Amino acid sequence: MSIYEGVVQDLIDELGRLPGVGPKGAQRIAFHLLHSDPADMERLAQVITDVRTQARFCSVCFNVAAQELCRVCRDERRDPAVICVVEEPKDVIAIEKTREFNGRYHVLGGSLSPMDGVTAEQLRIRELLARCEGSAVTEVIIATDPNLEGEATATFLIGRLTPLGVAVSVLASGLPVGGDLEYADEVTLGRAFHGRRKIQD
Amino acid sequence: MPLYRDEGLVLRTHRLGEADRIITVFTRGHGKVRTVAKGVRRTKSRFGARLEPFSHVDIQCHIGRSLDVVTQVECLHAYGSVLSTNWRAWTAGQAMLEAADRIVSEDREPAAAHYLLLLGALNALATGAREPSLALDAYLLRACALAGYAPALTECVGCGQTQGLGWFHVASGGVMCAQCREPGSAAPAADALALMQALLTGDWAAAEAVDARHRGSVSGLVAAHLQWNLERPVRSLAWVERAGADPFEADEPQRPEAP
Ligand SMILES: [Zn+2]
Repeated sequence: MSIYEGVVQDLIDELGRLPGVGPKGAQRIAFHLLHSDPADMERLAQVITDVRTQARFCSVCFNVAAQELCRVCRDERRDPAVICVVEEPKDVIAIEKTREFNGRYHVLGGSLSPMDGVTAEQLRIRELLARCEGSAVTEVIIATDPNLEGEATATFLIGRLTPLGVAVSVLASGLPVGGDLEYADEVTLGRAFHGRRKIQD
Repeated sequence: MPLYRDEGLVLRTHRLGEADRIITVFTRGHGKVRTVAKGVRRTKSRFGARLEPFSHVDIQCHIGRSLDVVTQVECLHAYGSVLSTNWRAWTAGQAMLEAADRIVSEDREPAAAHYLLLLGALNALATGAREPSLALDAYLLRACALAGYAPALTECVGCGQTQGLGWFHVASGGVMCAQCREPGSAAPAADALALMQALLTGDWAAAEAVDARHRGSVSGLVAAHLQWNLERPVRSLAWVERAGADPFEADEPQRPEAP
């Protein structure tokens, strides 16, 4: 449904395709842009153009990169024997923020969902297996999203990685820190029970 | 606003806006309903993980104009978290949900028999009571039968005779004799047809007695028959079908224990 004429409507349509932006939000952003400083507009337009031509994916781990290799893969202090598998580049950022992990990453590009047409061939799974075959990799930590597709993807990967002789672990999924036990739903609570730790000594 | 409460199975979910989801639920008494779960994607949502695909739920909704609004939900069985740890069961389950969503095409049209069939099939997958691809084919055949398009397996769809039925013609809807057979008919083994018949009638003892090497051809015929009648593909079926031939296919190992 087009309300505005020409280029303004085109802008609203384009903005409305962005994730999390509804028709109302698109309209609000469009009019904000229309009234902002021309120099700010130039800069935004330039960055959008640059990201298309300059941003790329690391040829080893498929994280976002500014060169052939991403920052993590270029860093020689990072342990190449341990790979953490995630769904999206934003998950790399999330794990980096914890400062708990000193290995390398592998970004799959999503999770398996046959119903939605996402199959193993469409994710970077072949590349992950190639990295683990006969190389220095000894351990793989699977950190897919704690939802059903993420878990199923982990199950699929475990089936392919275990025969290669690498140690495989999955992140514990459980209760959100800072919440009350009684408010946890039974599925989350069940998973937390399943992934409980034994206290040694 | 009018309310209803029912038990149901979550068939699929779609993101809606910032934090909501559209949840398609196959209910026992109200058929397939499309509902909105508000705020379900927030970590603190009171719906939590209850409304994920495969969940067997006790659900309460407000009737809305196009979408109903979920007000309360309890999880009776979280089949999804069991299935997601077994790849073959997971892909078979995905195909069941997708097929159910397609076969029950109309919203709000009660289909209690089909609902109970699906519930039983998911339960068989989750408990490991049946081999996943057999459970899937049995479900698909019986769901076709409930929808009014069971394949004819005991008499020729051309002339009705009951002997020498060595061919299966998808477009004609079943088996054929040598005289009636159409070009492009499949020529399944007698044991494969016996397996199909056993699955269609729910005779598990007979189904499991047939040599497992016939299961592949039966899966192919069942998939072709279903998709011919739906007039569209069921995407996840291709995944289950390719099991064994796919270089990515592997047997399920156990998940590693928590350290
Ligand atoms: Zn990299």
